[in-house]
Amino acid sequence: MTEAFRDRIDIALTVNGEPVEARVPAGRHLIDFLRLDLGLTGAHASCEHGVCGACTIRVDGESVRGCLMLAAQADGADVWTVEGLSDTGAVRDLQQAFVERNALQCGFCTPGMLVAAEELLSRGTVPSRTEIREHLSGNYCRCTGYEAIVDAVEGVAIARAGKGAA
Amino acid sequence: MNIPFGNPDRPNSYIGKTVPRPNAGRLVEGRGRYVDDITLPRMTHVVFVRSPHAHARITGIDAAEALKAKGVLRVFTGADLARVCTPWVAVLAHLKGLKSPPQHAIAVDRATWVGEPVAAVVATSRAAAEDGAALVEVGYKLLPAVTDMRSALDDATPVLHDEMGENLAFRRLHEEGDVEAAMASAHKVVSARFRTARHTGVTPEPRSILADWNPAEGQLTVWHATQAPHMMQTVFAKHLDLPEGRVRVICTDVGGSYGIKVHVYPDEVAAVAIAKVMGRPVKFVADRLESFTTDIHARDHEIEARIAVDADGRILAFDVDDWTAIGAYSVYPRTSAIEGNQVVNLCGGPYDFAHYRARTSVVFQNKTPTCQYRAVGHPIAVAVTEGLVDMAAAELGMDPVEIRRRNLFPDDAYPVTSPAKMRFEGLSHHASLDKLIALMDYDALRADQAEARKRGIHRGIGIASFIELTNPSPFMYGIGGARISAQDGCTVRMDPDGSVVALSGVTEQGQGTEAMLSQIVAEGVGVTPDKVRVITGDTQVTPYGGGTWASRGAGIGGEAALQSALALKDSILEVAGAMLQAPKDALDIRAGQVVDSATGEPRMPLEELGRIVYFRGDTLPKGLPRELVQTRHFITSDYPFAFTNGVQASYLEVDTETGMVTLLKHWCVEDCGRIINPQLVDEQIRGGIVQGLGGALFEEIHYDADGQLLNGSMADYLVPMAAEMPDMVIGHVETPTKESLLGAKGAGEAGTAGAPAAVMNAINDALRPFGAQVTEMPFTPERILRALGKIDD
Repeated sequence: MTEAFRDRIDIALTVNGEPVEARVPAGRHLIDFLRLDLGLTGAHASCEHGVCGACTIRVDGESVRGCLMLAAQADGADVWTVEGLSDTGAVRDLQQAFVERNALQCGFCTPGMLVAAEELLSRGTVPSRTEIREHLSGNYCRCTGYEAIVDAVEGVAIARAGKGAA
Repeated sequence: MNIPFGNPDRPNSYIGKTVPRPNAGRLVEGRGRYVDDITLPRMTHVVFVRSPHAHARITGIDAAEALKAKGVLRVFTGADLARVCTPWVAVLAHLKGLKSPPQHAIAVDRATWVGEPVAAVVATSRAAAEDGAALVEVGYKLLPAVTDMRSALDDATPVLHDEMGENLAFRRLHEEGDVEAAMASAHKVVSARFRTARHTGVTPEPRSILADWNPAEGQLTVWHATQAPHMMQTVFAKHLDLPEGRVRVICTDVGGSYGIKVHVYPDEVAAVAIAKVMGRPVKFVADRLESFTTDIHARDHEIEARIAVDADGRILAFDVDDWTAIGAYSVYPRTSAIEGNQVVNLCGGPYDFAHYRARTSVVFQNKTPTCQYRAVGHPIAVAVTEGLVDMAAAELGMDPVEIRRRNLFPDDAYPVTSPAKMRFEGLSHHASLDKLIALMDYDALRADQAEARKRGIHRGIGIASFIELTNPSPFMYGIGGARISAQDGCTVRMDPDGSVVALSGVTEQGQGTEAMLSQIVAEGVGVTPDKVRVITGDTQVTPYGGGTWASRGAGIGGEAALQSALALKDSILEVAGAMLQAPKDALDIRAGQVVDSATGEPRMPLEELGRIVYFRGDTLPKGLPRELVQTRHFITSDYPFAFTNGVQASYLEVDTETGMVTLLKHWCVEDCGRIINPQLVDEQIRGGIVQGLGGALFEEIHYDADGQLLNGSMADYLVPMAAEMPDMVIGHVETPTKESLLGAKGAGEAGTAGAPAAVMNAINDALRPFGAQVTEMPFTPERILRALGKIDD
C-alpha cells in the first residue's frame, strides 16, 4: 500500500431519499456499505461476483449489482434499496403480486428480483413472457422455478397498462 | 384413520385451500432476518485458510505475519481446536460395514480435499480476517490424490485413510429372485451405462453461522442457517462438552437449503468452538468459492444397468451396479452412504416385477464430501429405471406410455412390498399417468413432433414415472444410532385475545411451513388463519423435533400441529361448556366463536372466553381445568417411510447442428396425499422440477485428475436461470396416507426426482432417428454432438 493511494474515501450520496455522508474504505463494495454501515440488510450479498443478482439495487435510476460497484463510486449518486422502495410504496403492486402468486419462497433473492423487475416495468410497456424471462436472467432463484415470478411481473405489467389507459 | 377434509363446506375449511403465507409480506419488503443480517456487540469474524491441495501433509503453520495484520485477533490451528472440540465419526449401525475416519473441525496434520479448513483467522471485520488469512503460511508435503471412483479399490491406488485399510466406505448388495435366469430367458435384454454429475445446492444464502458463548451464564446461543436446529443443538453440546440444555440454536430466516443445510460442517463447528474459547460472538459466512469447495456435493454416480422384458413388454428383471464416490469423509451425522443406499432401494420402484439385483459401491476420494441433497438418490434411480424402460420400449417398437401401463403397479394392488423390499401403503401410478396424458394431450404432441420432423426440427417427448420417499420414521437414522429425531412436536396455546400461537419443531426455509401450519392449526382450533402466529426455529422455545428434511414438514410436523390444535379445541370447549352450562359435545368453535354445534348459533367469542379464563378465573368452577395450551408429538409407526408417486413429461427440441436443447414445456402429476395449500404444493413441485432440469442440462462440478476443483464460481457452474426454463403444468392425484388424521405425505423431492429422467428420455426420443443416445448428465451441447457423431476427437 503506497501513500499515494488513499485507502479511505469521503462520499456524500442519497440513499432511499435521505442524505448520507461517510468515510469508506476504498475497497468497500456498495452492497457492504449499505448492509454493514447503513444497516440496510434487505439486499443480500450472495455470489459476490455479479452473477446471481441478490444484491441488485437501484443507482441513478438503473438496476446495479451492489457487489460489483464500490461505495466510493456512489459518491453523488441516488441509491434506492428495497427498504426505500417499500417505504415510498413504489413497488407495492409488485410486492403484492409476488405474495399473491407465491413468487418467492425463501425470499433471499426477492429484494434484488423486485428491483430488476421494476426496471423492466418502468419502461411502461407490457413485456412478453420471454422478455420477462430474459430480463430476469441475471437474478438467480433456486426455490421457485421462476414461473410464479414471471406470472407476477406479467400480471403487474398488464394491470399497470390497464390503469394507464383508464 | 383420516379426518375427511374433502367437503369444502365444512366449518373452518382451511386445509386444502390456498391462503396467503404469513411471512411473505415481510420478505418482499426486505425485512427478513437471515444470519448475516444479525450483528452482536463485540462480534468477531472468522475466515478459514483452506487447503489448495487435494491431499497433503501439513508440515507447519506460521501465523506470525497474520497476527501482525490490522484487526486480526487470533489464529487457530487444527491442534488448537482439537483441545476444545472432539472429532466425530459419521457411521450408522444399520448400514452394515460403513466406515469413516474421525473428522476434526479443522484438519490436524493432513488435508484431504481442496477447500478443507487448515487454519482459522479471527478478526474484527471479515475483510481484516480475509487479509490475515492471506498471510498465514502453511507448509504442505503433497500426497497422491485418489480421484477416480472406478479405480479407487484397485491395488495400485493409494489408500486415502491408512486406518481404513482400503478406500471402500460401504457396499450393499440386494438380491431378490433369480436375475441371471430372468435375463437368460428374456425376450430382450437392454443395457446401458449412466452417469450423473457431481452437483451442489448453490443456496442463494451461503452457509452462515453466528455463535455467542456467554461464560457468565454458561449458555451458548447459535444463530444458524440450518434445517435441523435441534440436531445441531445436540451436536454442539456433545462435541464442545456442554450440557444440551445450555445450547440454544436459533434459525430465523434461511435463504434456501435443499438438503445442503442439514449437515454438520467442520468450519461451522469450528466457529462455535472459537466462540467458546474467545468468549465473544463469532460469525462465519461462506463466500461463494467456499460454498463450491465445502458445501456438500451429491449425485456423483456411475451405473451399469440392465433390464429384461418379455415379448409383451412385461418387465422381468432389473440388474443395477451403482458406483459412487463420497469425497474424503462420510458426512456427520447422516452419513454419505445413504445416497447409494437409496439407489438400491428406489430403482425399479414404480414397477411390478419379480427379479431384482442392485449393488452400490461407495468409495472415498480426495474431493469435497458428498451427502444428502434434495431428492437423495431419487434422480439417479429414476434416470436408470426410466431410461431403461424407454430403451426397452424402443427395442420392442412399443410406445413409452404403453410399456408403462403394462408394468406399473395397479392402483388397487396396495399394500405392496416391492422387490427392493420397500413397502407401499397406497400409490396411484395409473391414475397419475392417465391424468398426465390428458393434461399434455399426448397424441397432439406426437402429431406435432412428426410434423416438425418433416421440417427438419427434432423434438422429443420424455416420460418418467417415479416414487418419492417421505415422512421418514426412526428406520432412516435413529436405528443406526444417530440423534436425528423422526418425531416432531407442536405446542398450541390460546391467548386472552382469542388468538393462537403455535410452536413447532419443523422449520421454515421458504417451503411455506408457517403457512401450512397456520392453516392446520386454524382449522383444528376453529379460528381464521390470520389469528394464528407460528413460531419455528428456536430450540429453547419449540418442542424437540427433527426440523425440515425428507419432505417431513407437512406429514410429521403438520400432523403434530393438527393433533395439538384439536386437543386445544377440546380444552377450550371444556371451559366454554362450564361457562355456558352446555355439554361440551353440543358446542363447536367456528371462525373464532364458540357456537352451538347443531345450529351454528354464536354463543361466545373466544376473546370473551380468554378474558374470563385469564382475568376472572374466580368466576369459573373450582377445579375446572383451564389450561388453554396443548402439546402433541407425532411419529409414523406403521411404515418405515411414506411413499408418494408421480409422473413427469418433458417436451423439448434438440438442435442437431449445435447440440443445444430448448425446453418447450414440462408437466408433472404427483400424489403427495392430502394437499394442505395447493399453491404452495404446486410451487414446491415447480421449484423442484427446475432443480432437476439444472442437473439434466447444466450443473456439473469439474475436478482435474489431481483433485483440483475447476469450476468454483457461478460463472462456471451453471444453474438454471429464468430464460432457459419452461412453463410447467402441475396436476395432482390425492391418496392420503392412513397413518395420520391429516393424511399428508411430502412434496419436496418429487420435482427433482423425475425431471432429469424425463429430459433424458425426451432428448433420446428426439435423437432416435439418428441412432444416437445420451446417458451422461448433464446433457451439454458437447455430449449431444458426440452422441450424434459430430465431435469425435
